[in-house]
Amino acid sequence: MIDKTLKQLAQALAAKEISSVELSTLFLDRIERLNPDINAFVTVDREQTLSMAAAADARIAAGTAGPLTGIPIAQKDIFCAEGWRTTCGSKMLADFVAPYNATVIEKMHRDAGLVLLGKTNMDEFAMGSSNETSFFGPVKNPWDRTRVPGGSSGGSAAAVAARLAPAATGTDTGGSIRQPAALCNLTGLKPTYGVVSRYGMIAYASSLDQGGPMGATAEDCALLLNTMAGFDVRDSTSLERPAEDYTRNLEQPLAGLRIGLPKEFFAAGCDAGVMATVQEAINEYRRLGATIVDVSLPNSHLSVPAYYVIAPAEASSNLSRFDGVRYGYRAPDYGNLDDMYMKTRAQGFGEEVKRRILIGTYVLSHGYYDAYYLQAQRIRRLIANDFVEAFKSCDVILGPTSPTTAFKLGEKSADPVQMYLSDIYTIAVNLAGLPGMALPCGFAGDLPVGLQLIGNYFDEARLLNVAHRYQQATDWHLRSPRGIE
Amino acid sequence: MTQWEVVIGIETHAQLATVSKIFSGASTAFGAAPNTQACAVDLALPGVLPVLNRQAVECAIRFGLAIGAQVAPKSVFARKNYFYPDLPKGYQISQFELPVVQGGALTVQVGSGDKAYEKTITLTRAHLEEDAGKSLHEDFHGKSGIDLNRAGTPLLEIVTEPDMRSSDEAVAYARALHALVQWIGICDGNMQEGSFRCDANVSVRPRGQAEFGTRREIKNLNSFRFLKEAIDYEVQWQINEIEEGRKIQQATVLFDPDTGATRTMRTKEDAHDYRYFPDPDLLPLVIDESWIDRVRGELPELPQQMRERFCAELGLSAYDAATLTASQDIAAYYEATLAVAGLANAKPCANWVMVDLAARLNKEGREIAAAPVSPQQLGGLIQRIADGTISNNIAKKVFEALWSGEGATADEVIEKQGLRQITDSGAIEALVDEVLAANAANVAEYRAGKEKAFNALVGQVMKAAKGKANPQQVNELLKRKLAG
Repeated sequence: MIDKTLKQLAQALAAKEISSVELSTLFLDRIERLNPDINAFVTVDREQTLSMAAAADARIAAGTAGPLTGIPIAQKDIFCAEGWRTTCGSKMLADFVAPYNATVIEKMHRDAGLVLLGKTNMDEFAMGSSNETSFFGPVKNPWDRTRVPGGSSGGSAAAVAARLAPAATGTDTGGSIRQPAALCNLTGLKPTYGVVSRYGMIAYASSLDQGGPMGATAEDCALLLNTMAGFDVRDSTSLERPAEDYTRNLEQPLAGLRIGLPKEFFAAGCDAGVMATVQEAINEYRRLGATIVDVSLPNSHLSVPAYYVIAPAEASSNLSRFDGVRYGYRAPDYGNLDDMYMKTRAQGFGEEVKRRILIGTYVLSHGYYDAYYLQAQRIRRLIANDFVEAFKSCDVILGPTSPTTAFKLGEKSADPVQMYLSDIYTIAVNLAGLPGMALPCGFAGDLPVGLQLIGNYFDEARLLNVAHRYQQATDWHLRSPRGIE
Repeated sequence: MTQWEVVIGIETHAQLATVSKIFSGASTAFGAAPNTQACAVDLALPGVLPVLNRQAVECAIRFGLAIGAQVAPKSVFARKNYFYPDLPKGYQISQFELPVVQGGALTVQVGSGDKAYEKTITLTRAHLEEDAGKSLHEDFHGKSGIDLNRAGTPLLEIVTEPDMRSSDEAVAYARALHALVQWIGICDGNMQEGSFRCDANVSVRPRGQAEFGTRREIKNLNSFRFLKEAIDYEVQWQINEIEEGRKIQQATVLFDPDTGATRTMRTKEDAHDYRYFPDPDLLPLVIDESWIDRVRGELPELPQQMRERFCAELGLSAYDAATLTASQDIAAYYEATLAVAGLANAKPCANWVMVDLAARLNKEGREIAAAPVSPQQLGGLIQRIADGTISNNIAKKVFEALWSGEGATADEVIEKQGLRQITDSGAIEALVDEVLAANAANVAEYRAGKEKAFNALVGQVMKAAKGKANPQQVNELLKRKLAG
């Protein structure tokens, strides 16, 4: 059961081979056994999970089940779920029990009938690429427990990779779905900005944040995205578009598909093993009938600097609400009001979060705003235009997801710039608001390598098709780490 | 000695009369128990997002049209960042570089009588923003309580150019603005509840100097009296400072109504850097022509237009026209009265509404909308004065009777109480003869040249007629008889 895809699990549930309660119990037991070492979950609540599973079983029995009803999944601990502790990986919210549901939670659990297995570990407030900034400790990569799973959705990635959950959600502000998916041999999709509601998803950088699915296969991601996506009146940046079935194009042949390779993604700076694996994937696409074309994203080298102005600027403001006044952590001893603010925020936030709040505060300050924030916004438009140009000659863009495979725990945590560079291929996608995917394409040494696919706006169905056809021809995505039996 | 010129600009926060808050669905009703009207969005729980209230935007469009401003086709919401316990998000959503209303002007009447004059105040801008909550410093034994019911209440911040040159002009502007926002239905104008509050930017300069002096901003004035007192105090204070050789420092000050003085709250040095930037949670506010056209079509006649019409078509004085358009209720009452009494009675109708009715309402502390005498009743009454059925004096009696519900119409009161004026000259002559016969002494005095005696005789006739005799006829008859 633990290696089944969502489609297979849905069939098993429909055929009454297993109940949702049994299936959920199976995964809860695995979490209980394996999580103490992997640390993928921050919160597990067996009682709530099993009561959701029982309700799902009732729906299945009553014939009112949806396609995924009864399947347990993990939620990144950035989504507010009513009655569940929702920490965002921070001491600031270590005891915060959400009094309301995020739209994603409502759609996936209340509407689609998925069962919530637990909340997964993450970099604090989604700021990190290794899951080492979490207040709840680092997550270990199931492929090599001395290495990071990537971040910020590292808990979700490790949970699915170790088969502690059949699938999970993540959020992606600069690569936080795609990079951990790549490092943990998963398939992950960051949708077009505005496709998945941000209501109830704790904001890091509002203009970049986007939720999405993480699973074993492209088909699983398509099925999950069907339950997550959709216009939401509670999110003003959510896009009002007709609902679509993201599985509809999965089987479409790739003959005639134009795949663009941005020369900037194939220049120096990428690990040779990763590059060789990506090249092999390109050959596979040729075999599948795709045409390979060269494209250019001339401003992509500016994406990391622009991102590290815009994202911290928004974060510095978004995180002001964590002030110790209404909820969350408050310093135990303080003098006056200013002292309470300072101590609460000094003690409640970790180093990386404080670093980004300081950067963000600086770039928005009087006298610096034009030179940093406005300049970064201009670069952002240039980067978006690069993609518009590139998509004139190709249908999807392909490259590596991350310049390296999973690195060692502690290896980059002392050097923020090295850490930031691990998102060098993913960040431009967020700045442009485009959909992007990561999918397994082989191994460098014993470590998984992720291929990145970037689509034009709202081209999720095509991306999923391009990934799915590859997964029909390869079996990298079916490989599991050892030691998770 | 230097002659000083006062320069004043005003920023007003008008709370918009919407059902729900500007970025959430919570109610804006005043007076609920603390924190019962604050939803997840108002509490700034992790993950919540703002959604703009269309009704608040419509209020801004109405205002923009009413002052002849440009309603921006695209405006932007920005975050104003600062920490305060009653500011739940740690930032206020406001508008900064691109406000929704740009420019405009308001023409106001300053003073009364011979010294009255008109002045046009130019507006800089008006922008939408959210209010903060309230910090409650009493009753918590050394701690502060926070009430977030008001957090997220929509405000229109209305900013003038530094166009006013006296506290009287400032008050005239504030009153006219106060009347206008109520007139167009965007604000309830309740100053006690904080629905309409003004900040005054005040500076002084030697008369004739082109550059402005350094200004100080008096915050949160919630009555016209305080506005005037605060400005007058501040002006005198600034003049004294300068004359004693000190420089004015730019500052934000508070007015204490108990002492009548202003005191410095913070100076420019400790001013915040608000780090404004466009709110990424909200798209730019786009207002298309068709929306503006629809709102324009729904606007009532504005006070300025109505004043001009009253003067041109009804022949009222500028002062009367301004008084009758002080509020939409007064104007509506006047127009309804006029509709019954007829256009020829425009001036008597104005007098009745402005003088008699106003005095009676004032005495009982009632609003005109709750007047016991309806415009239809008053109009009917004025008709009876005009057609000679009753005299002005009797009319006051009838008005009182209508006020206390002694009849449904003036005609009914006149009939029931037998107040119809006696105009039958035979009947009046009989009364006059009677009085002359019974008051030989007065007659003799009058004939001896004592004019006062005549008035006594008129009084006697009116008394005999129970006040109903036509006074003009009584006068004429008496004179004729006494002369004869």
